[in-house]
Amino acid sequence: MNNDLLFDFNVDKAAKTVFITREFNAGQSLVWDAFTKAELLDQWGAPAPMHAKTKYMDFKVGGRRFYAMISPDGQERWSVQEYTSITPKTNFKMYNTFADKDENRELPGSEWDHTFSEENGRTKVSITIFNESFERMEKLLEGFRIGYTMTLANLENLLSTLSGKQ
Amino acid sequence: MKKDIFQAISDPTRRAILTLIAIQALTPNAMAEKFEMTRQAVSKHIKVLHECDLIKLEHSGREIYYHFNAKKMQEFDHWLAQFRQNWETQFNQLDDLLSTIKEQQK
Repeated sequence: MNNDLLFDFNVDKAAKTVFITREFNAGQSLVWDAFTKAELLDQWGAPAPMHAKTKYMDFKVGGRRFYAMISPDGQERWSVQEYTSITPKTNFKMYNTFADKDENRELPGSEWDHTFSEENGRTKVSITIFNESFERMEKLLEGFRIGYTMTLANLENLLSTLSGKQ
Repeated sequence: MKKDIFQAISDPTRRAILTLIAIQALTPNAMAEKFEMTRQAVSKHIKVLHECDLIKLEHSGREIYYHFNAKKMQEFDHWLAQFRQNWETQFNQLDDLLSTIKEQQK
């Protein structure tokens, strides 16, 4: 795996925002396609063992992608992404909401902003996810729990890290 | 409606309260003394922490003791760790996809 590729993941609690930055070993045009074309998105857009399935995608301002993340036992978690701004190859914004299988949206959703830039053949993608409530995002992980043990010794660290005041 | 856990821990006093009661359960009076705050000010913070399940109340005789609910904090940390992990997994998948496409284009 490409371990030397930049990966940043930060949560700003006060701003209810998640910041993700990742570098990819490919040109900007290809990476842009991977984020904006359904046939490519479906090949990576859900963490294994889940997979993504796009029912339809109309990538234009005001257009939508209606897709599901599907677990190995066949459970489907549907979402609607509505594109609110597109600057080809450079930036796109969308409003993401969970939905039922009939595309009825569960508001409120979250605002996603993707920025792409290339340097020396590598493309950096910066993603900002703004949520009106983080409780809502917990739904992303329904049914996916991992074991974890926390000691009191690192509690203070954890608390200050989570609140962005290290 | 449960309070947002991020909101609860954004306040330095509330983080200090959590750290303190993680070591030892405290009564509201003891807490007010330790933080040199009024009972009312303490109650406000307690209310926020209690509403998102970060603390538990326990009655002992006529006194109320506040306990740290480590389970809730763990749940929350699970969530954050898992969320990050999901992204890592997805991005690794994308790395593979990109290299496959580049290979095909050669």
